[in-house]
Amino acid sequence: MKVRLLDIAHARSGDKGDTANVGLIAIEPVWYPVLERYVTRERVAAHFHGIIDGPVERYELPNLKALNFLLHGALDGGGTLSLKTDAQGKVFSTAMLRMVLDIPEDEAKALKLPGSKQWPSYQRSPKE
Amino acid sequence: MSSTNQSGRIVRVAAGQGFWGDWLEAPRRQAEGGQIDYLMLDYLAEVTMSILQKQKERDPKMGYARDFIGAVESIWPAIAERGVRVIANAGGVNPPACAEAVRQSAERAGVSKSVRIGVVTGDDLLPRLDELIAGGHALANMETGEPLSTVRDRVLSANAYIGSTPIVEALSQKANIVITGRSTDTALTMAPLRFEFGWGAEDWDRLAAGIIAGHIIECGAQCSGGNCLYDWQNIPDLANVGYPIVEGSADGTFVVAKHPNTGGRISIRSVTEQLVYEMGDPHSYITPDVVADFTTIHLEDAGENRVRVFGIKGRPPTDKLKVSIAYRAGFKAVGTLVYSWPDALPKAQLADRVLRERLDNLGLRFDKVLSEFVGASATHGPLAGDPGDPPEVQLRFGVRGEDKAAVERFTREIAPLVLNGPPSVTGFAGGRPKVEEIVAYWPALVDKRVVQTRVEVLG
Repeated sequence: MKVRLLDIAHARSGDKGDTANVGLIAIEPVWYPVLERYVTRERVAAHFHGIIDGPVERYELPNLKALNFLLHGALDGGGTLSLKTDAQGKVFSTAMLRMVLDIPEDEAKALKLPGSKQWPSYQRSPKE
Repeated sequence: MSSTNQSGRIVRVAAGQGFWGDWLEAPRRQAEGGQIDYLMLDYLAEVTMSILQKQKERDPKMGYARDFIGAVESIWPAIAERGVRVIANAGGVNPPACAEAVRQSAERAGVSKSVRIGVVTGDDLLPRLDELIAGGHALANMETGEPLSTVRDRVLSANAYIGSTPIVEALSQKANIVITGRSTDTALTMAPLRFEFGWGAEDWDRLAAGIIAGHIIECGAQCSGGNCLYDWQNIPDLANVGYPIVEGSADGTFVVAKHPNTGGRISIRSVTEQLVYEMGDPHSYITPDVVADFTTIHLEDAGENRVRVFGIKGRPPTDKLKVSIAYRAGFKAVGTLVYSWPDALPKAQLADRVLRERLDNLGLRFDKVLSEFVGASATHGPLAGDPGDPPEVQLRFGVRGEDKAAVERFTREIAPLVLNGPPSVTGFAGGRPKVEEIVAYWPALVDKRVVQTRVEVLG
């Protein structure tokens, strides 16, 4: 089943120099393992391919039902150097929530994940 | 003060500003909306110090966050009569001048006899930079590894981030207003808790709890409903949003709350959004006082608009302090034009190509040229997908470089496009783009032992 991150998580993002961080939080605590299993470092790097220049790091915070991603080389130098509208990475949060996950039907049903087949797959690959 | 005598006692630290430019109403609303013990005002962001340094160069009595004087003026009765104590990093690069302005305000308000002003200095490393570099402190850029000597002649300000100890010292000398320079944002909240409960300098778990309390409220309403994505449509009465208050206990646990009859919402979700804001490695949130571990934080619903925070672990800090350095890094300008339906995006894209060709033909060279299409892809890039045929798209075109003349020449190339470029263009009323000097941020580390803070309490 296709599940859009926006429907199962919320997020806030910010900056440290040229790095944007995205904190991704499960809306329901029981959905946190879905984030941990499917929103991998590799998946996020593919999602932001062509948008950021550097590597992606992932940290787990099971206590807060959250993942923290560091997106390096995301902000055109960051801070005052950046020419970007989003120089401080404030809306990388919602860019992350566009991601659509493919979750096995039985797993999605057991967790009562809100899903829909209408979302196009945002499974972007580095080849794009 | 031992913790056994303190059980059940609550100390309330209220946040009144999350950055310089935050809501002017907030400090007064926090001081008058209910019971608080401390008002914490955070004014400093990464490049604020360099702006203040420029102001101080023009006038030696400047260089601090002047909004702070207005904030204090709006709450003198709370400070002088009800004993609310104020802690602020409003001193910027000139805490003594800030203290003098506060003292004059107290005199005007007729309260100077009951006000003692504490001033924390010693964070300013600018006058000592050459001595430090000569002494083998490279002050290398934490992101690039380059030594500071590569930009030494362009440095505008250099300040060590300092911790809670000098603030605790000022409070113990009975200051009711404590003014610092580049204190960490979190120390402004942790210091009064440490002082009131008598936490030791090696009481790592409680110090870490105080730091995390500070992290939660240092951005003001950003933990109490402001900028909250979860259920944003239903967050009540943002027009009267309540800024957060930490209700601290001696054991290091605390409740995040707000005054009654205020808007916004404090929930596990709103607090979690703030906890992950600007987070790096959650296992190691490094401060001058303690290293806090965000993976040990536990949140619990404690009633309407109340979240209890507990379980926090900390460990000893490093032997370094972070240094915030600002330096001149060239020039930039950004110009915008709005193109309307039909085919707003292709029109804006054509204007972008025309502009790039003209800049090339002029032989102008920049370190960076960036064009964005606001309304189509500016913030989410290719993730945004096909925008369709939107009613309008803004071309936002920026250049950056060392050559000020080239950046200035670029600013003359936007307006002509209105008459000699693609059609259906508007939104140029702002005039020619402004050339801005870039003051960039250079984060570095320095040995703790070279920074000596000083505390003076006046009055």
